Amino acid sequence: MKLTLRVWRQKNADAEGAMSTYEVDGISSDMSFLEMLDTLNEELILRGEDPVAFDHDCREGICGACSLVINGDAHGPERTTTCQLHMRSFKDGDTIDIEPWRASAFPVIKDLVVDRSAFDRIIQAGGYITAPTGAAPEAHATPVPKPDADFAFEHAECIGCGACVAACPNGAAMLFTSAKVNHLNVLPQGAPERETRVLDMVAQMDEEGFGGCTLAGECATACPKGIPLVSITSMNKEWLRATRKVAKR
Amino acid sequence: MTYVDYTTGSALTDGKAPSGPINERWDKRRFEAKLVNPANRRKHTVIVVGTGLAGGSAGATLAEQGYHVVQFCYQDSPRRAHSIAAQGGINAAKNYRNDGDSVHRLFYDTVKGGDFRARESNVHRLAQISVEIIDQCVAQGVPFAREYGGLLDTRSFGGVQVSRTFYARGQTGQQLLLGAYQALSRQIAAGNIEMHPRSEMLDLIVVDGRARGIVARDLVTGKISTYFADAVVLASGGYGNVFYLSTNAMNSNATAIWRAHRRGAWFANPCFTQIHPTCIPRTGDHQSKLTLMSESLRNDGRIWVPKAKGDDRPPNKIPEDERDYYLERIYPSFGNLVPRDIASRAAKNVCDEGRGVGPGGQGVYLDFADAIKRMGRKAVEAKYGNLFDMYARITDEDPYQVPMRIYPAVHYTMGGLWVDYDLQTTVPGLFAIGEANFSDHGANRLGASALMQGLADGYFVLPATINDYLARNPNQSEVSAEHPVVQEVLAETEDRLNLLLAVDGDRTPDSFHREVGELMWEFCGMARTDAGLRKALERIPQIREEFWRRIKVPGTGEEFNQSLEKANRVVDYLELAELMCLDALHRAESCGGHFREESQTPDGEAARRDEEFAYAAAWEFTSTGSSPVLHKEDLVFEYVHPTQRSYA
Repeated sequence: MKLTLRVWRQKNADAEGAMSTYEVDGISSDMSFLEMLDTLNEELILRGEDPVAFDHDCREGICGACSLVINGDAHGPERTTTCQLHMRSFKDGDTIDIEPWRASAFPVIKDLVVDRSAFDRIIQAGGYITAPTGAAPEAHATPVPKPDADFAFEHAECIGCGACVAACPNGAAMLFTSAKVNHLNVLPQGAPERETRVLDMVAQMDEEGFGGCTLAGECATACPKGIPLVSITSMNKEWLRATRKVAKR
Repeated sequence: MTYVDYTTGSALTDGKAPSGPINERWDKRRFEAKLVNPANRRKHTVIVVGTGLAGGSAGATLAEQGYHVVQFCYQDSPRRAHSIAAQGGINAAKNYRNDGDSVHRLFYDTVKGGDFRARESNVHRLAQISVEIIDQCVAQGVPFAREYGGLLDTRSFGGVQVSRTFYARGQTGQQLLLGAYQALSRQIAAGNIEMHPRSEMLDLIVVDGRARGIVARDLVTGKISTYFADAVVLASGGYGNVFYLSTNAMNSNATAIWRAHRRGAWFANPCFTQIHPTCIPRTGDHQSKLTLMSESLRNDGRIWVPKAKGDDRPPNKIPEDERDYYLERIYPSFGNLVPRDIASRAAKNVCDEGRGVGPGGQGVYLDFADAIKRMGRKAVEAKYGNLFDMYARITDEDPYQVPMRIYPAVHYTMGGLWVDYDLQTTVPGLFAIGEANFSDHGANRLGASALMQGLADGYFVLPATINDYLARNPNQSEVSAEHPVVQEVLAETEDRLNLLLAVDGDRTPDSFHREVGELMWEFCGMARTDAGLRKALERIPQIREEFWRRIKVPGTGEEFNQSLEKANRVVDYLELAELMCLDALHRAESCGGHFREESQTPDGEAARRDEEFAYAAAWEFTSTGSSPVLHKEDLVFEYVHPTQRSYA
């Protein structure tokens, strides 16, 4: 395949960015999208040009590092991560637009690389269960009903890639935050911090400059792990419950 | 003197391993270890490099204990370390199944699975701690698979006959890592951990014979800085990426451990690499990495190739009696669940015979037709759904309809920095945990044991043993950036990066990485020979020389520069590869994942030579390209008597 790529190039956080056009040839349909970009970068290096910077690591869809907006869609046309997108989803002669995540809470570092440390700070605000090493009771002391365990797992699958934010017209981080709130709040081990967790995480989310949720639903459509939109509703319920409970104290 | 003419130095002993009955040794060591008064702990700084299962759990636990932790990872977030990609599960001797499991059996299986090249004391401790890990992770909210009664589910893994593997669908590593990451996050928020993401360790600072800090580069600004501490912990993972194609993450690298090795930490058993039997075969030269399909698939999938050579009919057109379910045939009692080294070699053998399937004949079938017939598609989906989806996405084939095609790929490295029972390297104050050390898996790691070891080291072992070191060295002298040793290490690092930028040649870092990787796969991969290893040892210095003549790295060092990061990692691969080949050459026996064609039984199994090689080989660095010094640590087996491993 021969393709035309229009790629966002930006030297650093302070520089102005712009789309640059490149041609790539000899692309096989078995290549992953990132392997196609590798091909471009190898050529750029030999031509003495700066290769396109992009985040990537595991290349098997689980680390959450890769983060490209492809033809306007976070992670591209398939419901998966960019690294698991293959070139068979494109046709010979296609023109492909490649941009970084666009959100004010995710500033661009270089080219297609953005700063997602806001997500780490949301987790630091309460996305954990306080269980210092060594203090744990025997694992079978507290059975967890299978439906609750499955619910927790479905939300714990979030890979923290940020596609939800990139896809959201408001740049909201509600799906990311709700995934962690729901994972931990449904478990008996998470119950003692149930209220502070949701209140603190939501407060941090707001502080980071993420937008508000208008239930556009783009986040859940873009999520490569299928975190459902209803996850946000569950978090709102948790938040309301916590607000009332804390007010009573 | 050429590189292969290594000298043998003094014997090496593990000075920290307690004596006495094996099940009391860990208690005894913990009791004998000196403690640091809780009020004094905040005066001690500990550097932790890496945030995978070992580093994440160690950082969190040390901070909980009151130490000041300064932690580094090259990823943009500590949550992305490659432990996250572990699929299958984590072993623990809980015996919830009442199927005859025990701490002793897990110990026995691990020593035997490692083909009698691991230290008994360490392995026994690992088995003991395994049960606490599950408790710890459940308390953190790790959503393990559960039965309808609300209790934890388990499954079987290769090389064992009990069901002791706890799992969270096909994402066990992810869930365990997020547990550790969340514990780490709590400590970061509490101000007990100073976290440096997007920062890569480039060298170790050793002052007066003790590890006192590191040199690290901020990958965003390019700024190179020094950091100081009372002890340094390396949790930077394994070195499988030396092969270019492996199941490791693209940026996983050997720089931290290799630089530590150059500064005096001996490197043990570098040739012990694990080739995982069930990976998706490569499709072409563009391939940047390989993807593993969890070993758990071997619980229900059946592995086969056609009986006839060159049979290119589609799999469903090959009748049952013309298929060779070769693992079930050769190893009737373990069948498809033989250990990884054995399954990989068997796959290579049938492909070498010309019976491989798929492009280039580099593949074997992993077939679920019987499982779907027996359990129904729904049950198969529930158990392996995400793995099947992943396979379909990569290969564009539906594994519910046609058998998967799999082939072995580099996955894990059992070798690593030599450590004593306390996980301390030969540099005082430098500790190595998780895959970065060599200690627990011998010559072959059993499935679902990497997660167990990473978390055992980080949550339980290191936090106990590092106390002893810090308590015995309470008032170390101040080290600052002005110290001449620090200035020298810093200057060396800067010079190296500047040189990489200055060569301005005509080859990319990836092209060199690929070249050395292919060489290693050919001569130091699944089967090794004296002649082949010598050939590789001749070729590696030539590639290294060419590298420094022809490397091209665009841009500058004062910016985000992924080519520079890569080139610097390749520098270290080009030295490490040489040591791996030398170690493989010197170990003229077969054991576990190390198969020397000259040393096999009449039926083609690995033949150990215990009288000559029952030791861990720890190599001492001299200088680049000069032969290293070999130190042997004799392995003593008091509890599990070495036998020819039999899985038939």
